[in-house]
This record gives sequence, structure tokens and C-alpha cells, in this order.
Amino acid sequence: MAETEITTTEREPEAQPEDEPRPRSFREMLRSAEIDGRLAGMLIALAIIWVGFHFLSGGTFFTPRNLWNLSVQTSVVAIMATGMVLIIVERHIDLSVGALMAAVGMVMGLLQNDWLPRAIGFDHPWTWVISLVAGLVLGALIGGFQGGIIAYLGVPSFIVTLGGFLVWRGVAWWLASGQTIAPMDSNFRLLGGGAEGTIGGTWSWIVGGLACVGIVALQVMKRRQRAKYGFRLRPFWVEIALGVFACAAVLGAVAFLNRYYLPPLLAEQRGAPPGAQISLGLAFPVLITLAVTVLMTFLATRRRFGRYVYAIGGNPEAAELAGIKTKRTVLRTFMLMGALVGLAGAVQIARLNAAVSSLGTGMELSVIAAAVIGGTSFSGGIGTIPGAVLGALVMQSLVSGMVLMGVEAPLQDIVVGAVLVAAVTLDTIIRRRAT
Amino acid sequence: MSKRRVWALLAVFALVLVACGDDEGDGGGATGGDGGGDITVGVSWNNYNEERWAKWDEPAIKEALEAGGATYISSDAGSSAEQQLADVENLISQGANALIILAQDSEAIGPAVQSALEQGIPVIAYDRLIEDPGALYITFDNVEVGRMQASAVYEQVPKGNYVFIKGNAADPNADFLRSGQQEVLQEALDSGDIVNVGESYTDNWDPAVAQTNMEQFLTENNNDVQAVVASNDGTAGGVVAALEAQGLAGEVAVSGQDGDLAALNRVASGTQTVSVWKDARLLGAAAGEAAVLLAQGTPLEEIPDTVIFESPGGNQMVSILLTPEPITQDNLDVVVDAGWISVDELCQGVKAGTVEVCG
Repeated sequence: MAETEITTTEREPEAQPEDEPRPRSFREMLRSAEIDGRLAGMLIALAIIWVGFHFLSGGTFFTPRNLWNLSVQTSVVAIMATGMVLIIVERHIDLSVGALMAAVGMVMGLLQNDWLPRAIGFDHPWTWVISLVAGLVLGALIGGFQGGIIAYLGVPSFIVTLGGFLVWRGVAWWLASGQTIAPMDSNFRLLGGGAEGTIGGTWSWIVGGLACVGIVALQVMKRRQRAKYGFRLRPFWVEIALGVFACAAVLGAVAFLNRYYLPPLLAEQRGAPPGAQISLGLAFPVLITLAVTVLMTFLATRRRFGRYVYAIGGNPEAAELAGIKTKRTVLRTFMLMGALVGLAGAVQIARLNAAVSSLGTGMELSVIAAAVIGGTSFSGGIGTIPGAVLGALVMQSLVSGMVLMGVEAPLQDIVVGAVLVAAVTLDTIIRRRAT
Repeated sequence: MSKRRVWALLAVFALVLVACGDDEGDGGGATGGDGGGDITVGVSWNNYNEERWAKWDEPAIKEALEAGGATYISSDAGSSAEQQLADVENLISQGANALIILAQDSEAIGPAVQSALEQGIPVIAYDRLIEDPGALYITFDNVEVGRMQASAVYEQVPKGNYVFIKGNAADPNADFLRSGQQEVLQEALDSGDIVNVGESYTDNWDPAVAQTNMEQFLTENNNDVQAVVASNDGTAGGVVAALEAQGLAGEVAVSGQDGDLAALNRVASGTQTVSVWKDARLLGAAAGEAAVLLAQGTPLEEIPDTVIFESPGGNQMVSILLTPEPITQDNLDVVVDAGWISVDELCQGVKAGTVEVCG
């Protein structure tokens, strides 16, 4: 998966003279390569899960089709998890995301199924833009409203968003008296993936290629920057190896996913010759997730806003005394979360081709779990966005793998719950040893 | 949970509002009934805010009561089991001779039902079970719903691979439905004509979960699935979305229940085979008629059309189990004629000439 390559470490290494002594042990070598140990650990865990399920499910897990499904199924939780990381880093919590997604999703559904068609007709070319923007803005407003109460009135976020958890679920029900709103606008549906909502094989290669160029460019820039300020550099061969590995992973993922072809029935409908193999390529929800991951990582690590967030999480009082406008930052974080919920809601209703008042029931917990499995600490100040996305992927891998094996829902919950606690326990122990 | 508490709070607000504004005339819901008729029937709703009660159930009950010369009084517990206990006592002190109770909780309502029965006031468990053999249980037959779902699908696909998308594991109805489905398909399963290639519960009846599960079943079977027995219309929606992504919508038979507007639209467009429809008005009418009979002193066993239903709690309940109606492309006129759905809603996006009702 491409999202693993855009990781950056949040700890600034202390300035040191350039030439490192040759690393002696494996651990030292890892340290000099500055590989994020937790992220690497998660990748290994993911690999184990995938290989394990591949054998347990009789060879259906590690197939282009299943991994393509998995990438789409992960999107909704992953998009929201990127925002949840920042909220938990700030020592807050947002329990309202699932309910809020239902309310905003319902508004977007009604907008394109009922309100807009009255004014401009069903399936108007602008419908999807208007609905999507309305969803993002409404999400941001509601998120900002909750964030305002938390930041300026000092009400604990647990309480405010617990209230939101009840309120927005009720609002979602009221909006349509519990009815299912379907179908969605045909352009809007592309946001949810499906056979139409993909960019095709060629464009997937182009996206993969661009990602590769981006990774190398980032590496070069970072190296120059570090050299300029006299920071320690990674050994040159490690740098090359990392670049090659990242590019190979991205292009390998594209090559693998591109082997998932358009279902024959649909190919026939499109008038393709029988037996033609048309690559579906990356799905839109996956591209949205990747874009969100890159943007959020940039925001969290390269912008003042992000630094404030981590500073507040590390020590709220010190941040306040250092002159950071903590209240404004908290409000903005919740606003950002709200907008991401709107985006995730759009993907979800587009995928389902229906807005239902039960949308996202219990999803707040999946989102929080994804962030936590991804290494976000509840004591504040620690957590990465690619980690959370990877966390979401781990959780979804477990669930869809177990469905493939025919494991019943209650047992699935037991396994996922146990894995959540085990992962965090392991992380805590390792972290304690490291310090 | 705290959700109930919020509702209780809202109920208190509502009471205050009603108390302040009740100077002139009778309010809508809980009206006192000493209007001449010698029979008064009290109805305790668990949560009147759901659309269907006001739209379909209440008018049908009222009509049946009027026909029997009885007066209608009601109360709304706002989803609170504790509130409902008080409501039932209130209805009794207002002079109810019979009670129709839509229970918030089939166990917690027990004490109120007991005390009513001790005072000689008959109780009807409306739509939802009350674990007390003294009460008359009136509902749609959920096992029958399951049978109908399976039969409609089986009729279309007598041979092939079947997937079962069940309801929420914690909901007893999910297993009632599944047992009905199994009954119909048992023989074909035994003979190997049909094969169960995937089966799973759906957390909270969540359509998105049903969609993900269906995607996995399609992947596992390489799209070699000919029929899906989905337990309600919401999960059927998720299933159809998963089928659409493979170009299989309309090729694979799919069942559902509830008569959701979106599902009936799918039936009209051919992507869903059947939606088993439970006309709430029949339920209301049956309850109204039975309430009048019981209030006049008819013993439980002599109420017409009753059967004995063994509840999950082991009680032998005297019950009226209404038969639902499977809606397929051939009888869509039934829901239109009943005023359940408008032709516009039913036929949105349906190709002309494919379905009779849509022209």
C-alpha cells in the first residue's frame, strides 16, 4: 500500500556531526536508518495476517480481487482515523463521528434524492458537487460547534461528543423519519468505487509512477535540508535501499491490483470483446484516502497547525504559556474532524447507494481503534497519520478475512477486541523498554 | 442506557409543555375517555415518535374500536421502560377496561401486566412479545416471513448456490426468520440442488455491513452465487449494491421484508425479487377488535383465529399470528392500491414496459 511510504518521524534528532560510526548491531543499524519501528512492526503484522488468512481461507485472501475489495472497504474508517489521530493527540476524544456521519450522510442523500431534483432535476451534472460540498461544510460546522463548546466553554470532549453521539443519531432519524433514501445521484456514486468508480489500469500506473517520483523527491529534499543544517544523515546506501523498496512496493501494489479485471458481465455490457481483460485500477475511495493521508500528514508535520497540535498534546499548560492559541487550535481540529466525517459519509452513502439513519453505527469505535492500533497514545502528543491508516487496514483485514473463513459476527468481535488490546499492550511494553 | 435517560428528560419537558398548554380542549395524544361508551381501551405506545405508529397503526386501532363502540385513550413512554410502567397504571386509573401494550421491553413490562391482569383487565401484547401467558400476543408471523422469503427466491432459483444474510445476532427475530427459511429450503439443501455457500449475521441490521459481507461471499465463490436470502430490506439494499458492482444485480434473486419504499422500487426495477410486506393496518384492526371482545369478558381462548405460540421464554402464549404478504413484480398493485407507496416513488427509474403498474 502506498500510504506507508509517506511516513515521517515526528521526533527531531539532536544535531550531531555528520559521519556516523559504522553501525555495529542490528538495532543500531535500524536507528541510523531512522526507520519508524512501530510502522515497520505494523507492516510485518499486516503481512503475517494476510499470509495467515491466505492459507486459512484456502487461497482467496491474497488475490487481486480481495485486496481490491479490502482497499475500498478500509477507506471510510481510514479517512476518519486521520482526523481522530490529531484529536487523540490533543488528549481529546470524539465519540460523535458515527452518528454525525449518519446525519450528514442523510442530508447529502436527501439533497440529491429529494431537494435538488425538485429544483434542477434528478441526476443533474452539478448535483454531486453541491451535495459533496454541502456535506463537507455541514460536517465542519457541526464539528466546529462541538469543538467550540469543548475549547471555549471548557466542557470535556467526552461529554460533548457523547451528547453529539445521541443528538446526531436522532437528527439522522428525524430528517427522513427513519426511511431509507435511495438511489443516489449517478455521478455521486462514483465516489464510492464500484465497477464504475475506478480510474482504470493506465491511470493507476500513472498515479503509481507519480507517487514514486514524489517519494524520491521528498527523500532528496529532506537530505539536502538536513545537510544544510548539519543534521545527521542516513547512510547513503540505506537511503537508496529505502527509496527502491518504497517504489517497488508502490508499483508492485499497482501491478497486483491491476490484475483485478472488470467482471465479465459488465465488460459484455460495455461492448468489450468476450474474454477481454480490462483492469479496474484504483478505486476513487482509495484515491481519496491516499490524498487525505498525504494532505493530513503534511498538515500534521509541516504546518504550524500540526506542530501546535502535537505541542498541546505533549503538554497543554506549556503550550498555552508558550503563546500557542490552544483554544483556537482545538476548535480547528474538531472542525477538520467534522469535514473528514462529511467526506467519509459521502463515500459511504455512495458505496451503499443509499442513505440510512443507521449509517456508521458503532463506527466511532472502529475509528478510535484504528488510531490506537496505529500507535496513537491516549496520554497525548504521540501518533502518526499513516499509522492510523495502517491501523484501519489491519482491522479491516481481520474482519474481511474472518468473513472469508465463515467466522460468525460475535466471534469476529471477540477476535478484533482481543487484537486491539494485545496490540496496544505490546506497544506499551516496547515503549516502556525503549525509554 | 443513557439514551433512555435522554428520552425520559424529553418526556418530562413534553409533559411540562402539555401541562402548560392544556387549558383549552383536548390535546392530541393522551385524552381522557369518559365519553359515554362503557368500554375504554388504553393503548401504551413505547415510542410514538416512529413514523409508522401514527401513520398506520393508530388509525386502524381507532377505527376498530369505534366500530365496536369503545373509546380510545393512549400514552407514550418515549422509549423508557420505567415510564411505561407508570403509563400503564395511569391508563388503568383513567378507567381502561382493556390494554393494548407495545412493550419497550418484553420482560420489564411484566409487573405492570401482572397487576392489570390481577385487576381483571385483559392485556394485548402488540407487535412485540410480552413474556406473560395471561396476555394475548398479536403479531406478524416472523417464521412465516422467513418461509415466504425463501419460497419466493426458491421459485426463481430451484438449483444453485445460496447466500444467507441474516439479521442482528442479538435479535430473536433474526433466528425466527432463519428457521422459516431453513424449513422451506431443507429438502433442496439435503438433495444438493441448492448449496449454502455463505451465511452470516449482520451487526445491527446495518446495510453497510451486509454489503461488505456480500462482497466477501462473492469473492470467495468467484461470483458463482445464484440467490441471496436476505432477512430484511435494509440488508437487501447492501446486497444489491454489492451485486451491482459485479454486474450481477437483477441476475441474482434477492429477498427482503418490510415493504421499504426503496426496496419496493428495487422490486419494480427487478434488482430485488421479493419484499415481504407486513401491513400494519391489519395488525391495528386485529388488536382493536380483540380488545373490544376481551373487554366484554370473552376468555382468551375464545378469541377467533388464535393459535398457541411457544415463546423463547417457554410460555404458551395465546396468539394471533397474521400472515404477511410477499410483494413481487407480479403484485406490486397491492401496495399501490393500499396507499402504501405512490406510483411515482415506486416507478422512479423503472424502464417503461417492464412492470404493469408503472406502465
